[in-house]
Amino acid sequence: MDSATSELPLQRTPLADAAETGLKIIVVGGFGVGKTTLVRSVSEIRPLNTEEVMTQAGEGIDETAGVERKTTTTVAFDFGRISLNEQMVLYLFGAPGQERFWFLWDRLFSGTLGAVVLVDTRRMADSWYAIDRLEHHKTPFVVAVNRFDGDESRFTLDEIRQALALGEHVPMIDCDARVRGSVKEVLIALVDHLYTLAMAQERTP
Amino acid sequence: MIRKPVDVGDPDRLYMVTDGRSEADDTFDLVTLIVSECEPTAGMQSEHVRILELCRHPTALVEIAAELKLPITVVRILLGDLHDMGKVSARHPRAAESVAGLPETTLLQEVLDGLRHL
Repeated sequence: MDSATSELPLQRTPLADAAETGLKIIVVGGFGVGKTTLVRSVSEIRPLNTEEVMTQAGEGIDETAGVERKTTTTVAFDFGRISLNEQMVLYLFGAPGQERFWFLWDRLFSGTLGAVVLVDTRRMADSWYAIDRLEHHKTPFVVAVNRFDGDESRFTLDEIRQALALGEHVPMIDCDARVRGSVKEVLIALVDHLYTLAMAQERTP
Repeated sequence: MIRKPVDVGDPDRLYMVTDGRSEADDTFDLVTLIVSECEPTAGMQSEHVRILELCRHPTALVEIAAELKLPITVVRILLGDLHDMGKVSARHPRAAESVAGLPETTLLQEVLDGLRHL
């Protein structure tokens, strides 16, 4: 029931007037893995879509014209929103994680709390690049395996950890992106992980 | 009220919206919450009017971009103008202030509490 967009109000739902702190969590994963579904399952608003345009000097020189070309790339992403309390609001961004997206990471997603890598066991290779980039950006993340459709192959989390060459420190969790309670557990797993990391950092003088 | 969205596919149109500028500084984070400090007045640029209407309640930059169907950079430029004129105020995210570091445990504990009560 909570997965049908049409049942969410089409009118904008404003935030509480006391809202003062916005927070970000990013959901990355391959095409069709269920990122938008996951966002929709917990969002208090119908997921919205927005985009950023990036203008880059073209690679090399356009020899015919003898001038450097500029190219414009558009990166689109979905997002949803969760009001955590009167003051704090968490934004969940679903992003495709393809190559061009990572050029915009610093401009769009610096200061993000962390990331959820959403994995489909039938297309695990789609997650490699995202995991590699998150490690590069030193963004803490958890891996959530979307077990929708019964997931016939049923790899265990240990097998998936090996296939993705994930260290023991990366938390993994099974989920069903369509189910609100399940997505809630994924987000809690991520923030728990962040809490543990932050605690260790605060103890280090 | 139905407004025709700005035609994002036309770069000239975006150029007009921002008065020829295409670079914005990163003062405003995606989740910076914007609040109107005044009502729109006659003769204002239509995008400014729309932002002031939306931000009667706190509204994140990214929601403004989605509602106006404009790219993030364009909205950053528009917000910069409104902010310089004192027509909007900005509530910046706490988490973004610590560069490369982790957020404080007190903040994370509040997030956990909020998630558990969903």
